[in-house]
Amino acid sequence: MEIPLDYETLRVIWWGLMGTLLIGFALTDGYDLGVASLMPFIGRTDEERRMAINAIAPHWEGHQVWFILGGGAIFAAWPFVYAVSFSGFYLAMFLVLAALILRPVAFKYRSKHADTGWRARWDWALFIGGFVPALVFGVAVGNVLQGAPFRLDSDLRSFYEGSLLDLFSPFALLTGLLSVAMIVMHGAGFLAVKIEDGPVLDRARKIGSVAAMLSVALFAAGGFWVASGAMGFRLDAVVDTGGPSNPLFVKSVAAPGAWLENYGRHGWMLVAPVLGLAGPLIALLGIRRRSHVLNLAGSSLATVGIIATVGLSMFPYILPSSIDPQSSLTVWNASSSHLTLWIMLVVTVIFLPIVLAYTAWVMKVLFGRITLRDVRTNPDFY
Amino acid sequence: MDMAVVELSRLQFALTAMYHFLFVPLTLGLSFLLVIMESIYVMTGREIWRTITRFWGKLFGINFVLGVATGLTMEFEFGTNWSYFSHYVGDIFGAPLAIEGLMAFFLEATFVGLMFFGWDKLSKVGHLAVTFLVALGSNLSALWILIANGWMQNPVGARFNPETMRMEVTDFYSVLFNPVAQAKFVHTVSAGYVAASIFVMGVSAWYLLKGKWTNIARRSMMVAAAFGLASSLSVVVLGDESGYALTDNQKMKLAAIEAMWHTEPAPAGLSIFGIPDMDAQETHWEVKVPYVLGLISTRSLTGEVMGINELVLKADERIRSGIHAYDAVEKLKVNRRDLAAREVFERYKADLGYAMLLKRHVADPRQATDQQILLAARDTIPNVPVMFWLFRIMAGLGFFFIGFFALAFFCASVCQFNKRWFLKLAVAIMPLPWIAIEFGWMLAEIGRQPWAVEGVLPTFLAASSLSVGQIWTTIIGFTLLYGALAVIEVRLMIAMIRKGPVEHHELDAPRGAAGYAPLPAE
Repeated sequence: MEIPLDYETLRVIWWGLMGTLLIGFALTDGYDLGVASLMPFIGRTDEERRMAINAIAPHWEGHQVWFILGGGAIFAAWPFVYAVSFSGFYLAMFLVLAALILRPVAFKYRSKHADTGWRARWDWALFIGGFVPALVFGVAVGNVLQGAPFRLDSDLRSFYEGSLLDLFSPFALLTGLLSVAMIVMHGAGFLAVKIEDGPVLDRARKIGSVAAMLSVALFAAGGFWVASGAMGFRLDAVVDTGGPSNPLFVKSVAAPGAWLENYGRHGWMLVAPVLGLAGPLIALLGIRRRSHVLNLAGSSLATVGIIATVGLSMFPYILPSSIDPQSSLTVWNASSSHLTLWIMLVVTVIFLPIVLAYTAWVMKVLFGRITLRDVRTNPDFY
Repeated sequence: MDMAVVELSRLQFALTAMYHFLFVPLTLGLSFLLVIMESIYVMTGREIWRTITRFWGKLFGINFVLGVATGLTMEFEFGTNWSYFSHYVGDIFGAPLAIEGLMAFFLEATFVGLMFFGWDKLSKVGHLAVTFLVALGSNLSALWILIANGWMQNPVGARFNPETMRMEVTDFYSVLFNPVAQAKFVHTVSAGYVAASIFVMGVSAWYLLKGKWTNIARRSMMVAAAFGLASSLSVVVLGDESGYALTDNQKMKLAAIEAMWHTEPAPAGLSIFGIPDMDAQETHWEVKVPYVLGLISTRSLTGEVMGINELVLKADERIRSGIHAYDAVEKLKVNRRDLAAREVFERYKADLGYAMLLKRHVADPRQATDQQILLAARDTIPNVPVMFWLFRIMAGLGFFFIGFFALAFFCASVCQFNKRWFLKLAVAIMPLPWIAIEFGWMLAEIGRQPWAVEGVLPTFLAASSLSVGQIWTTIIGFTLLYGALAVIEVRLMIAMIRKGPVEHHELDAPRGAAGYAPLPAE
């Protein structure tokens, strides 16, 4: 079969789609992670906490699919990345999975007994289910920027030389906290459009403004760190961008400062960091003016900008190796075959719009603010 | 490769997959039962069917949530614990998993929220459509997962690419329409329908025994009996035996199930009982029904069913042929443009995976002695006594379920489910479908050993380069977490069943101004 798009183009498209899926995950599941992280702080009474829970209750299942789809799409389009990163970050992955398993169970089971102790335990489970993944995702991004300690042998089997604690370097902690701040800001922004006026909404606005200020500060600090620190990798020779996916064929070297070079070459890429800085400020403005839509729009733009900044700074790198730069995974050496990328693109082009359409429809049917009255009377509520 | 890492990785995968599959069958089957019950509500307009649907829907929800949560682990475990597998076959295997997310899981998960929370926001038909989409999504999900699993049993439509050191897709159409995958899909979802039917029958029978909610229980039982009879027939008649003649490994699986050490003249007989002995290579006290096996597995009177020893000889030949392919790949690693090596590779590539079986016995397969080749060939025999008994218990239960549902049907028309012995039986057999289903998976996966992907990648080469300590940490972690959740889930289920379809009480009570029944918060 003749494939209508060349290999290089498909690789760039799939790099973009991987970013889109990660952003889709952060935008949608970010609501749930953010609200869950807020659980011990957002409500004084059980009813107040139930308002927050029921704001996300009908949606979390769908949102979580972005995570599952992200995993599946990386497996299908970037099998090297899937194999190296998840086995390398093994125990961190386990923490994320355990926390994410706890979260849906907590949503569902919390409501089944009225006992205060039972509910308080599940509130903490929810907190862990939101906070831990948000932190670990951010820490993982920090490690990806710095390069992970893995090497590939001639069979392309990967060996990872680091431990769980090594992941928590100072820079990675900073990106981890940025991730938590960003997600909490977004979760609070979601609550602001989803909850009726009252103490819960006020608290969401207060926490949201602190999180937005932290997001700007941490994002800016991260930027300075990347600019001044010894971070970055560069391809050392002319690369066959349509060549076979074998990292050993492409020469890669550590090049401190290289993560900023893309912005010099392609000025338009600056849009991403600008959004990353402006988004939280827009959210702050929304909070001040009591414009909940502006608040949510700001937190959404911030999420898009911050994640896109990481991707664009590193392009074409996806997962560089700190101990053996030659093993680094890039857009040009870590993808699936030409045919698989094409088939998966066709499937995505058909189904992703359908998914977005029915997700929007479900949102529309369930549109409206959660009220204290609903919490008291609706038998279907958690 | 550290064999302890391989064995522990297998243990963890088995634990997490089998745990996940405690919840999946009920999701697959109960979702369609909900569709049937809600259809009756929409067609008749009788409130009792709404109550019935909502009651089973609540039990569905408790179960669904754990199915989703434990499914997360499965999606990432290939990467965390089987990273060389993920690299080696990700080009083919990743696609069905991604499509599953995009086409099926999104559908099911997005609409399940609306199914629980949309009762008062949608029209009757609208809500029924949502319930149907949840059922469709969960069953499509099973389709894609079984396409992925079917490819591991019968890896069609792909070839090894020495430049990237992995398998790459050549024909996606044959991956989709892999006959092994199709047979597995029908067999697996039917088994889920049987499990859900037995679950509904059991819970309803318990109500009838207690004399509670009898209107609801009797109606539920009727639906489950009909659905269960059809499903139990489908699960046995459309068993996944049709794929057993396709590949050497599938033939080996069949021979192991039958403990058939030597090829018999066609048509072969089917063993009903026996004690297989791996060392002596014979089956003691064997009871055989003539002709039946040949008929089932080859669908003819003349087709031959190969025995274990003949298949080992064949594996021996393929290993020797695979060594040529292995040598060529090693040369191509040094020089991508070595045309002579390329030619040798093309000739022997079908057997490359067999040469890799030798890596368990010798570091470089090219240095293997005849003795080591024979050892590797014998590695292709799975655990025969385990296979033999797993199959007999699974299949025996399958036939038992047909009998049970036939009886239930008879009971429904003759005695209106009034016989206490029948109700007690229905309660007592509730765990049995799960035993049959878990044994079925064990049969499929133990039977595929020593392969992760049949003829392509041995299991012991597929694992990640992890330490024993790391894997023990996660095995213990998952066991504690899953154990705690299992206890909570079962308790909640029982509490919910004891409480019963409470809304039934409120049916006559006036509904609140906002359209909500004045119920206390759950």
